[in-house]
Amino acid sequence: MEKKIRVLVAKPGLDSHDRGAKFIARALRDAGMEVIYTGLRQTPESIVAAALQEDVDVIALSILSGAHMTLLPMVTTLLTQKGLKDVLVIAGGIIPDEDVPALKEAGIAEVFGPGMKIDELVKFINDNLKRKT
Amino acid sequence: MSKKKELKRIKDAEDEWEKTVVPQWVGTTPERKERFTTVSNIDIKRLYSPSDIKDLDYLNDLGFPGDFPFTRGIHATMYRGRLWTMRQFSGFGTAKETNARFKYLIREGETGLSIAFDYPTIMGYDSDDPLSRGEVGVCGVAVSSLRDMETLFDGINLGKVSTSMTINGPAAMLLAKYIAVGDKQGVPRELLSGTTQNDMLKEFFAQKLSIFPPKPSLRLVIDIIEYCTKHLPRWNPVSISGYHIREAGANAVQELAFTIADGITYVESMMERGLAVDDFAPRMSFFFAAHNNLPEEIAKFRAARRIWARLMRDRFGAKEKRSMWMRMHVQTSGCTLTAQQPINNIIRTTLQTLAAVLGGTQSLHTNSFDEALALPSEEAVRVALRTQQIIAHESGVAETVDLLAGSYCIEALTDEMEEKALQYIDKIDAIGGVIPGIEEGFFQKEIADSSYKYQKEIERKERIIVGTNEYAVEEDWLPFKRLKIRPEVEREQLANLSGLKRRRDNAKAKATLDALHKAADSDENVMPTIIEAVKAYATLGEICNVLREVFGKYEELIVI
Repeated sequence: MEKKIRVLVAKPGLDSHDRGAKFIARALRDAGMEVIYTGLRQTPESIVAAALQEDVDVIALSILSGAHMTLLPMVTTLLTQKGLKDVLVIAGGIIPDEDVPALKEAGIAEVFGPGMKIDELVKFINDNLKRKT
Repeated sequence: MSKKKELKRIKDAEDEWEKTVVPQWVGTTPERKERFTTVSNIDIKRLYSPSDIKDLDYLNDLGFPGDFPFTRGIHATMYRGRLWTMRQFSGFGTAKETNARFKYLIREGETGLSIAFDYPTIMGYDSDDPLSRGEVGVCGVAVSSLRDMETLFDGINLGKVSTSMTINGPAAMLLAKYIAVGDKQGVPRELLSGTTQNDMLKEFFAQKLSIFPPKPSLRLVIDIIEYCTKHLPRWNPVSISGYHIREAGANAVQELAFTIADGITYVESMMERGLAVDDFAPRMSFFFAAHNNLPEEIAKFRAARRIWARLMRDRFGAKEKRSMWMRMHVQTSGCTLTAQQPINNIIRTTLQTLAAVLGGTQSLHTNSFDEALALPSEEAVRVALRTQQIIAHESGVAETVDLLAGSYCIEALTDEMEEKALQYIDKIDAIGGVIPGIEEGFFQKEIADSSYKYQKEIERKERIIVGTNEYAVEEDWLPFKRLKIRPEVEREQLANLSGLKRRRDNAKAKATLDALHKAADSDENVMPTIIEAVKAYATLGEICNVLREVFGKYEELIVI
C-alpha cells in the first residue's frame, strides 16, 4: 500500500484567523493525505518540533497577522538547523506579492493567496514533494 | 368580508396561479436553479404572498418602533431623529499614527471612535515580549501602557466622543486605561461614553483570542459589567458579538442563535452575582455582521430584536423597556471581500450597509475595499465612510422607519429566522448552556461544518463570487497604494517602553501588582485594583502575567 503524504498545517503568529487553515486541513485530508493541525499561535520552535515528531513531508504555514517576514524565515532556518531539509514548506494567508520573492529565497517553496483552488494545491504538493513516499 | 375569508380567496387564487400560470411560463423559461437558498440554507420561495404571513399578529409580533417587541426598531422615529453612529474601526502602527487617523476620520464626518489593537495587545503581551516579534503595530495599534493610551487620545476630549474598544481578554486593562486618561483630562466618569467588547464566550469558539480559561474569563466579564453598572452609567460594558461567529464561518441563523445564547449566559451570570436585571440589562449591547444576502440579513436583525425582547421579559422578568430593547452595532463583512478585483468590494459593502440600515442598527462600521489585502489606506477608508453617508443622505431609506415591514418575504423570513434560532437555543439549553457547549466543541463543530460547506459550494460554483470563481480577470486593479506599516514601528515602541519602565516609580508599580494578585485570588471585583495598577504605569503584559499566574492560561480545543 502506498504511504500517505503527511502534512503539518501550522499557524505561526498571534492571529486567530483559522478559517483558511481548517479548510485546508480538512480538504487535504479529503484528498487522501494525513493531516496534523497544530492549532493557533505556534512559535517557529514549536512548529519545527511538531514537524520532527510527526515526521511530516510537508509543512503548510497559514498566517494572516502580517508577521510573515519575521516568522516564516525563522521556521525554515530552524528546519535546516535540525536537518529537516527534505520537508516541503509552503505558506498561505494574506501575504503581499512583493514579499513573495524574499520568502522563496528563504526556502518557502510557494505562497498561496486568496482564491487558490484546492486542486492546484494538491497538484503542487504531489509535484514538488522532496521525499519519496 | 372577514379577514379569514379574504385570505382564503387569495390562497385559492395563488394555488390556481401555481397550477396554471407558473407551469406555462416555466415550460419555456426554466428557473435557473432547482433550489434557491440563503446562506443559512433557508429555502427562498418563488413568491411570497399574504398566505405566508397569515399568522402574523401585527401588535404582538411587530408593534410600533420604540415599543415591545422592537421588531421595527428601538426608537420611535429611528433615523429621522438621529442617524446611526458612523464608527470606523481603526488602528495601526504607533499610538501617534492612530491618533492622527482618528482626527482625520472625525474631520471627514465620522461620529464615533473605534480602536483596533494589535495582536500583542489583544493577547495581553507587551510590545517587548518575545511572542510579539514581528507583530507590533501591524494589525492594529500597540497599547502596552497608559502612556500609549494618553498619546492615542491626545487632543481628543473623552467627555465629547464615544469610543468603542474591540478588546476582550484584556478588556479590564484597556478600560482602566481609558478611565485613567479621562481622569487626567478632568472628565467626570459618569460622562465617559463607549463600549468594551468584553465578550469572552465567543472568543472560545469563534474569534479565539483567549488568554485565560473560560471560568476566570467569565468572571472578568462580569467584574467589568458590575463595575460599569455602578460607576460608568454611559458605558456599554459588553458587546455580545455575532460578528466573529459569522466571520469564523457560521451562517446567519447560527450567528443569531449563538449570540443570543451568549447573551443569556451573561444575564444569568449577572443575576447570580446578585444584580437586578433592570439595573444592568439596559447597558448590554450587541454586535452583528452584515453580509450580502439582503432579505436574510434584514430578517436577521429584525428577528434578533424580537427574540431578545421576549427573552428579557419572559425568561428574565425584566420590567424596564430599556432592558428589553436590543441595541446593536453592525460591521459589514470582512470575509465576503475579495482580494481579486478589490474595487468590487465597494459594491459589496454598499449592499451590506443597506442591510444594516434597513435592519435598524444603532451604529455601523463599513469595511474598506482594500481590506482583503491590508489594513485600510486613508483613501479607501474615506470611501467606506462615504458609503454610509450616501445611504444616509441620498438613498431615502433613512427617512421612514423600517420600510420593509409588511413585505411578505421579509416578514416570513423574520419568522423563519426566529424559529430556527430558537430551535438552536433550545438545543444549547439542553446541553447545559454555552460553557458546556464550548467544552464539548459543539459550537466549534457547527461553525467548522458551515464554513466547509460554504467553501465547497464556492469551489463547485454553486455559489458565484464575482471576480473569483466567475468573471475573473488577469490584472487586479487597485486605485490607491496599500497601507504599509513603517518598519521602524517596533523599534520605536520598544524604545518608548524601556524608557517608561526606567522612569516610572517601580516600587509603586510592583505594589499595585501585588494588590491585584490578592484581589484576583479572592472574590473581590478586580477593576479598582487594575485601575490603580494602570495609573502606576504597570504595563498590560505585567498585569496579564499576574492574572495568568492566578487564573492559568487557556489551551485551545482543536476542532477541524
